Formats: sequence, C-alpha cells, structure tokens
Amino acid sequence: MTTTLTPARPARAARPSRRAAGAVLKTEATLFRREPAGLFWIMVFPTVLLVVLGSIPGFRDPDKALGGIRFVDAYVPVAVLLSMIMAGLQAMPPVITGYRERGILRRMSVTPVRPSALLGAQMGLHGVAAVISAVLSLTVGRLAFRVALPHQLFGYAFALLLAVLSALALGALVSAVSRTSKIANAIGSAVFFPMMFSAGVWLPVQAMPDTLGRIVELLPFGAAAQALTEAAAGSWPGWDHIGVLALWTVLLSAAATRWFRWE
Amino acid sequence: MWRTPAGRDSQGMAIIEVNAVRKAYGRRPAVDDVSFAVEEGEIFGILGPNGAGKTTTVECIEGLRVPDAGTIRVAGYDPVADHDQVTRILGAQLQESELQPKLTVRESLELYASFYPDPADWRPLAERLGLAEKLDTRFAKLSGGQKQRLFIALALIGNPRVVVLDELTTGLDPRARRDTWELIEDVRRGGVTVLLVTHFMEEAQRLCDRIAVIDKGRIAALDTPSGLIRRAAGSTVISFTPSAPLDDFALAELPKAAAVEEKQGRVTIHGTDETVNAVITLLARHHITAHQLRVSEATLDDAFLDLTEASA
Repeated sequence: MTTTLTPARPARAARPSRRAAGAVLKTEATLFRREPAGLFWIMVFPTVLLVVLGSIPGFRDPDKALGGIRFVDAYVPVAVLLSMIMAGLQAMPPVITGYRERGILRRMSVTPVRPSALLGAQMGLHGVAAVISAVLSLTVGRLAFRVALPHQLFGYAFALLLAVLSALALGALVSAVSRTSKIANAIGSAVFFPMMFSAGVWLPVQAMPDTLGRIVELLPFGAAAQALTEAAAGSWPGWDHIGVLALWTVLLSAAATRWFRWE
Repeated sequence: MWRTPAGRDSQGMAIIEVNAVRKAYGRRPAVDDVSFAVEEGEIFGILGPNGAGKTTTVECIEGLRVPDAGTIRVAGYDPVADHDQVTRILGAQLQESELQPKLTVRESLELYASFYPDPADWRPLAERLGLAEKLDTRFAKLSGGQKQRLFIALALIGNPRVVVLDELTTGLDPRARRDTWELIEDVRRGGVTVLLVTHFMEEAQRLCDRIAVIDKGRIAALDTPSGLIRRAAGSTVISFTPSAPLDDFALAELPKAAAVEEKQGRVTIHGTDETVNAVITLLARHHITAHQLRVSEATLDDAFLDLTEASA
C-alpha cells in the first residue's frame, strides 16, 4: 500500500462497458428486425416447408424406409436444422464480413467498447432467431400434423443447443476467411447446399442408403439430425452423434478464432 | 494534476508524445523515426502529400496500429497497452469508415454516447453539425457530407480531452467546411486538444497552432504556419513586366533572391523584403519601368511544396 494515487479503474470500468454491450445488443436487435428477407428465411421458411411437405397426403402415412414413422415426423428435425443453417450460414456471415469491410468494427475499436461486442450480439441474435424458429416448427408440427413433441426433452434441447453453436461457429469461420461480403455470400452458398443435404432437407438421414448415411453422420448437421431424431423418439441422443457435433463445434470455433481479422 | 499509470508525473504540458516511432508495411517504412509532442489545448496539424505516413501516424496514436519501434503516450497512457484508458479520453474520426447501413443518425448518436462514462448531450451537437433534420435518416441514405458531419459528432460525443480528425473536411462543401472550422475552434476553446490530419492548406493555416509536415514517413518541418512560410526559400514573390530587357547578370546579383525566372517578358523573383528594395533600385538605375508590379507573400502552399520537394 505505497502508491495510492494511481487511478482506480477496473471496478468502475466494468459497469459502463456492460451497459454499452447491452446498448450494442439492443441496436443490433433493431437492425436485425429491419431485415425482412433474413427474418423470412430464418424464422418462416423452414416451417412453411414443413407445412407444404406435410400437406402431401403420402407423407402423412407411416413409411417403412423411415423405420415405420411418417415422413412429416422425420421432417420436423430437418426443419429445425434448416433454420440454423439459414441463420448461421446464410444470414450471419455477410453481415459480419460487411461490418469489417465497411470499417464498422474499426470505428468501434477506437471507442471504449470492443468490436467483439458486435460479433457477440450478431451471434446471439442469429442463435436466438434459430431457436425461436425451431420452437415454431415443433409447435406447428404438433398442432397441424400431430407430430409428437420430443419425448426426451432435455436430450433434445441439448442436441439443439449444440447444433446452434456449430452453425454459428461455421458461420463465424465463413466470415473469418471471407475478405468481402460478396465472397462471404459465395462461400456461404457453397457450404450451404452440402449442409442442407446432410441435415436431410432433400432426404431425411434415416432414409439415406447405408453408406451415404454413415458419411453424412460424420458431418455436423447429419450428426445433429440423428441426435434430434433419437431424442424425439425418447432416448438420450447417442454419444457418437453428440461427440461428432461437439468436435465440429470446437474445431470450427478454433479455426474461426484463429483466422478472424478485425480489418 | 493527473498521474501516469506508473505513478510518474507528466513531463511539461504535452498530452500526446510521439517518440521515434517507426512503422513498416512489409519492407517499406510508412513512418520512419517520427517524434513530436502535442501540448494540451493546442490545435496541431499533420500535413503531407498522399502516402506520406500521416494516417499511419495517427492510427498509431489511436491504438489501431502497433508501432514497430518507438513509444507513444496519450495523457501518459500507451495507446496499445492501455487501450481502454486512451479510448475514454480520445475521440477519433477515421479517414474511411462507415456505420451500419440501416442505423439512423439518432440511433448512432445514442449508441455511441452510451459507450462513454461522461458523454456530451448529442442533441446540441447534432444541431451544431446541421444534422437535426436528419435524425431519423438511415446512414446509407445520408450524403457524403452528412456522413462526414456525423463522424465528427461521434468523435466529440464522449467529451474527449483529445480529438483526432483525419481528413476533417473532405467531402464537405465550402459552407459546411467553414462551419466545421468554427466548431473546431469552439471545441478548442473548451480546452480540448485537436490533432488534425489534412491536405488543405487553407484549413491548416486557419486552424493550426503548429504544423508537422510529414514527407516519406519523416518529419520535414515542424513550426507555426507563419514560421513554415518564413522558412521556405523565397517567401516574398515579386513579379513585373520590364519596359526594356533586363540584364540577366544584374538579376542574378540580387541579394537573397532564391529563384529568378523570365517567361514571355514577365519576370518573377522569389526572395525576401530585402530583394524587393534591391529590385526597385536596380530598375531605377537602368531607367526601366516595371509594368504590373506585384509583390505578394508566399502562401503555406508554396512553403509546403518547397519543404516536400526539398526532401525528395
């Protein structure tokens, strides 16, 4: 206790910066609502697709190729994953890359708030939007097509959360390696279709031929689809699928952190 | 009196100290051994041709870039190591940056005000910068000049002790430029130190107390605007059309004449007050009349060209 005159800062600094991070989140939420196209693809499109497919009579009959469940039952997890792919891979990377390209991150880095607050807000908002969309798909599936709600609710929530994280990590990686938002769009689309395929948008993973199914299960959304289906049926999702999903999340996050540039 | 983080007292009144700073991109040095000190309450200009290293220098002061060598202190803080402290007392207008396209002027002012512990009231600031009518306009819909004025407002919104303005009036029309200059003078009257990067001589001459001329990453000169003009060779310009051809030999003998040129019968001589008297004496002795005689002071423009050419 010799030098008492040095400015005491950390204790006082913590509160304004948390308030500022809240203001950034609020602003980004306002901006998020000003993007009707993004909102449609994330929040509405997956459920609309489920309703369209569920309206085809043949898809409401038990299917042997799907192990006795109906196509519409198998498609609810697909719609859930589709919202995450839309949020993490289609909507988010052009926004974040644009923020870097336009110098918005740079401008913020000369204020007391770190530009990471912007990235955190973007990831949080897209994650929340994907979860709301997932709940909407589950609700509409239950009300319109009597698709049973997940029997193993905690297991389902756990797999869902992990899938959201992996989608955000994948999107962050796309933002990290893309210099411009145009490139982010291009890379995003290139990754988008394999990810949609592996999530089972064209053919649910359970209905895929054996070898193809094995390969797809090693991809993040293939593993997520299997984990969600298992939890929906009532068992805790298999640790193999959870493990694959967790490993992808860690690898993608590490790569995104490694390669991300602020300017 | 404030104290530095290490508990040392500050030296003198300098609020920005730049000491032997070097910064290279690849092998090409952008800033090469630059040192200067900006005193509290001063308007300090950084002047130089494009690519001279002006922006790199201020980016190091803002903590956006890490110098390869040398030290920088802003109110005793290191812009990189003590970035948080520096951002709270330093407001910056960057040369090229944008905001979220769909963010309105009001939202951006409120957002940036929330970043600072003791922000200015943004309403009078917006009024002063002519943005009061545009509060609900989205950033993408603003004109270039309006965007520029918004960034000036954002640089001032944290009630900073130092503002760094990079190309302050680029993109502004003459009216807005003059209004902005008045605002900067007001800001300084409030005790704020201003660091101004510019390539407008008129702006530098009007606003700056002192100017550092940077050329090829080095400081070519550091002086008051009038000091720089005086320092330039041939700060007084004499031109006339002689009634009869002048003896080149006699002209070359003129004291303090830095440059003599003759073009289409018109003679232009750069020199000092002493040269003016000598020219008049010379003409009288040869019974030559000087038609359209003009004596003018060199401008900062001339001094600038002189200084940046000299180091070429």
